[in-house]
Amino acid sequence: MQLALFIIFGALALGGALNLLLQRHPIHSALSLVVVMMSLAVLYWSLGAEFLAAAQVIVYSGAIMVLFVFVIMLLNAGTEQRTRGSRAAYAVGIPGAAAIFCLLSFVFLSERGALKSSNIGGDLSSATDNIAEVSAMLFTKQLLPFEVTSILILVAILGAVVLARKEQ
Amino acid sequence: MTHLTNFELFLLLSVLKVAVVLVILLLAVAYTVLLERKLLARMQNRWGPSRVGPFGLLQPLVDGAKSFLKEDMNPLAAERPLFILAPIIALGCALISVAVVPFGAVTRVHGVDLFQIANVNIGLLVILGITSIGVYGITLSGWSSNNKYSLLGSLRSTAQVISYELALGLSLVGVVLRAQSLNLRTIVNSQSAHGALSWNIFGGFQIVAFFIYLMAAFAETNRAPFDLPEAENELVAGYHTEYSSMKFAMFFMAEYANMITVSCVATLLFFGGASSPFGHIFNDFFNTPVLNAVFPVCWFVAKVFAFLALYIWVRGTLPRFRYDQLMSFGWKFLLPLAMANIIVTSFVIAMRG
Amino acid sequence: MVPTAYYLILAAMLFSIGIAAFLIKRNVITIFISIELMLNAVNLTFVAFAHMWHQVSGQIFVFFVMVVAAAEAAVGLAIIISIYRTRQTLNVDEIDLMKS
Repeated sequence: MQLALFIIFGALALGGALNLLLQRHPIHSALSLVVVMMSLAVLYWSLGAEFLAAAQVIVYSGAIMVLFVFVIMLLNAGTEQRTRGSRAAYAVGIPGAAAIFCLLSFVFLSERGALKSSNIGGDLSSATDNIAEVSAMLFTKQLLPFEVTSILILVAILGAVVLARKEQ
Repeated sequence: MTHLTNFELFLLLSVLKVAVVLVILLLAVAYTVLLERKLLARMQNRWGPSRVGPFGLLQPLVDGAKSFLKEDMNPLAAERPLFILAPIIALGCALISVAVVPFGAVTRVHGVDLFQIANVNIGLLVILGITSIGVYGITLSGWSSNNKYSLLGSLRSTAQVISYELALGLSLVGVVLRAQSLNLRTIVNSQSAHGALSWNIFGGFQIVAFFIYLMAAFAETNRAPFDLPEAENELVAGYHTEYSSMKFAMFFMAEYANMITVSCVATLLFFGGASSPFGHIFNDFFNTPVLNAVFPVCWFVAKVFAFLALYIWVRGTLPRFRYDQLMSFGWKFLLPLAMANIIVTSFVIAMRG
Repeated sequence: MVPTAYYLILAAMLFSIGIAAFLIKRNVITIFISIELMLNAVNLTFVAFAHMWHQVSGQIFVFFVMVVAAAEAAVGLAIIISIYRTRQTLNVDEIDLMKS
């Protein structure tokens, strides 16, 4: 069950990410990222992080990506054109990304011993009360970072308002 | 039945449950449309649909057949894949969220709960999440039709839905604080002690939260008085201007399915879900297993229909807001009110506990 | 039951695709989107490790990443809007006032 979920939604996430890379129009890229996020939400759920799964759907795909799509629509961004810079970027980008991928997977595979080749994934039916655990941690040990992030959000809101306001 | 394994039985019953709920929901959508037309007509001193069948009861079927048979037009300048995807997203999201709603008391047959498709730990968040995905349907429909009225309608709608989602989410926090769970079953059970007196709206003193929820839900479903996205005297028909035939019907159904979902959530969170308003007073009279299973469902349906009637009543009564009024109402009034409600509720709970 | 390494490799793939998209794309918004993809890939490793060690700290970290991503998106998109207002373009190659 766990493996089936992983394969289906992992493949979906990968397909979405590749589609993001290949599409020329920003709105298609944004929608492929939504697909990636939704499939990651399912993976989170299968890893027992149900609160994060819900937050991923509500915050990421429901708010942040809607904002992206909104801005793309508002600015009427068209398909991007190839320029000299983009050819250079192709020459550097694809080998670079491949190299980073090789490095990361080499590290992961060589550290198999440290991972104890542990199998993870709880069963979905007997879910523990993950939210209680997370919130207890969040409001006791991590209270200061939590409050700092709320100030960060406030600053971000003010910044966004100031930046996007029409000049008088 | 004996040669089926437990898993097969579970699968079979679940598929059956999904099919039955889906059919009932679609029928309910169709008849909500009829209810709206009839009620609005009576409010405006008309008859409403009355020719097809007795009292016009067959009207939804005829309407459905009509929209199936109409020509399905695709504008040349439309962005084909997204243009087709948008109504599917809208309707799909509207229908999916009913999966976590408990319609009745726990009634187990072979270990499968009959009146709830999936009892999820985070049921409330699932509904909120699916609602927030539903925005994409409207957004994409406006963008992909390549029409300025559609685009304006969908921009309005997106901004409106995102803004009111905050107030909606915050208004539910008080209820979650009282029930100490996000599981919809647990939330319903937390209100079933003394009938109507322990419902969140009365006994829980969540009437402010209910008011915020109601306003936000009207905006969330793009219904009057917040139906700016499809304001016909400014934007032709808003985001579904370019849609015809079945695709239009899907948007139409999505709107009504969303109304039903929102009414279900209001019933579950503020009006005790499937529990009877009289509490356990009459339990001794009707104590057969079948009646115990059927009565809660009837209560649930009655409450949901009361909400739908309220929706229609409001549509028949209130004029449409202006766009800036809508935004300032959401951000400057509902949001602070929702926060104040959270603070007061948590103080009271902390004092008691 | 899935080995932890599978999750990590999936995250590595997503991350590298994010890097490739970040380097190749010329539209500011798409570049921004690929940053979000990289953040998501890292979040997946956090959740996988949190589950592996049976601790919620990883999940808390993901929560903070989400909050920061939300703040970043708000400010970033506001910046993009003001760039578009002054330059009428979203192509990063043309936003080079400081260079020439």
